Amino acid sequence: MKVSPGHSLTVNLPATATAAAVQFSVAAGQCLVVMGPSGVGKTTMLRKLADLDPHEGSVLLGDQPQQGMPGPHWRRQVTYVSSDAGWWAPRVRDHFDPDSDPAGVMARLGLSPDKFDSPPQNLSSGERQRMALIRALVRTPRFLLLDEPTSALDEETTRLVEAALEETKNRGCGLVLVTHDAAQGERLADQKLVLRRAQ
Amino acid sequence: MISLGLIELSLAVALTLISAGLSVLLSLGFHKTLVWSAIRMIVQLMLVGLLLRFIFSQSSAWITLLVFAAMLLAASYETGARLPRRLSGYFQFLVSGTAITISTGFVSAFALLTVLGAENWLEPAHAIPIAGIILGTAMNSASIALNALFANIGSERNAIEAQLALGATRWQALGPLMRRAIQAGLLPVTNQMVGAGIITMPGIMSGQILAGQDPLEAGKYQIFLMLLLASSGVVSTVIAVYAAVRRVTDDRHRLRLDHLLSR
Repeated sequence: MKVSPGHSLTVNLPATATAAAVQFSVAAGQCLVVMGPSGVGKTTMLRKLADLDPHEGSVLLGDQPQQGMPGPHWRRQVTYVSSDAGWWAPRVRDHFDPDSDPAGVMARLGLSPDKFDSPPQNLSSGERQRMALIRALVRTPRFLLLDEPTSALDEETTRLVEAALEETKNRGCGLVLVTHDAAQGERLADQKLVLRRAQ
Repeated sequence: MISLGLIELSLAVALTLISAGLSVLLSLGFHKTLVWSAIRMIVQLMLVGLLLRFIFSQSSAWITLLVFAAMLLAASYETGARLPRRLSGYFQFLVSGTAITISTGFVSAFALLTVLGAENWLEPAHAIPIAGIILGTAMNSASIALNALFANIGSERNAIEAQLALGATRWQALGPLMRRAIQAGLLPVTNQMVGAGIITMPGIMSGQILAGQDPLEAGKYQIFLMLLLASSGVVSTVIAVYAAVRRVTDDRHRLRLDHLLSR
C-alpha cells in the first residue's frame, strides 16, 4: 500500500538533564539516521516521538501536533519498533491482523513461512527482530521509528533488511533510524543527526 | 457453648512459636512476619472484643456508622500495605478505598436490609460482624488482584509497550492482564465456595454450630453470606483493577510505570 506523500515529521525537543536539545524535520520517504554515544538518549528520543513517554517540546506530523490527536491514533501513524520488541500472544501469527499477509516481506527478509505459526519464544533473537519489524511494516505507518533494527543480525541478513527499508522509503514511509553502525548510516541516510550530551 | 481459657490460648500461641522456630531452623525467613502478625492479631482481637462489648451495649446507629467508617479506612490502607509494588502517593489508598467502600457498602446494605429489615438494619450486634466479613473479602480480593496486576505489568512491560507502540489502546494492551488479575483476586472466594462443607467448614457455620445453632439453619446462613461474599469480591476486584489501570496509564494511553512504587 502506498503511503500518501507530503507529510513530514517535525521535531523540536528541549534539552534535558542528559541530552542536548534536538531539532529536525524528516520528509515522507526520507530516512534520518540518528547516531551518538550509548546512553545519550537515542531510545528515549524515539519513545518521545512515538508518544510513549511524556515530554516537553513539540512533535508535528505535517501540521498536526502530537498532542492534538489521541495517542493510539498517533502511534498507528508514527510507529516505534524497539530493538527488543515484546510479544504477547501464543503464536507469531496472533500478533498480526487476520487480514494482513506478511508472506512476501517475510520471504524477502529470509524468514521461512513456518515461522509465522511458531511461538515467538521458539524464534532466534534475529528472527524475532525481523518479525517485529514486519509486524510494524504491514500496518503501513507514515513514519517508522527504528531502534537498532539490525543489532541481532549477520551482515547478509542486515542487507536484506536494509533493502526492505529502502523499499519502504520508496513507498513514501519516512524513517528515523537509530544505529551504531556508521556504514549502515552511510547506506541508508538521507539526513544524519548526531545526538550530544547536555552541556 | 465452649469457653476458652488462658491455658488453651497459650497452647495455640505455642503452636505458632513452633512454626516460627521451624522458619528459623530451615532459614525460611517468615518467622518475624508470622510472630508480628500473630501479636498484632491477638492485641487487635482482644481490643475489638472489649470495644464491641461496649458498642453492643449502646445499640446506636451512629456508633455503627462510625465503626464502619473506621473499618473502611483501615481496610483501605491494609489493601496495599504489603504489596511488593503499589501505586505511588495517596493513589493506592484512593484506589483501594474506592473499591472496597463501594463493594462493601452495596453488599452490606443488601445483606443487612434483607436479614435485619429496614427498621433495625444498623443494629450493631448484627451489622458490624456482617459488614466486617464482607469487608474482609473485599479487601483480600482487591489486594490479591492488585498484586497480580502490578507484578504482571512489571514483568510484561515490553509486551504491553509493543502493543501500545502499534496503536493499541491501554484497555486493549492491558486487557488480558486485567482479566488475569481479576481471576486471581476471585480465586480465594471461589475456592471457598467450592470447598465449603467438603474440604473446610466455613467460619460462620462453624461458629453458629459451636454456639448451639441447628446445622441446617447455620448452613442456610452460610450460603447467604457466601454468595454475598462472592459479589463483594467481584465488585471490589473489578473496581480496583480498572482504577489501578487508569493510574498506571494516562489519557494518551501510555504506560506510566513512574506511578508505581517498588519495595
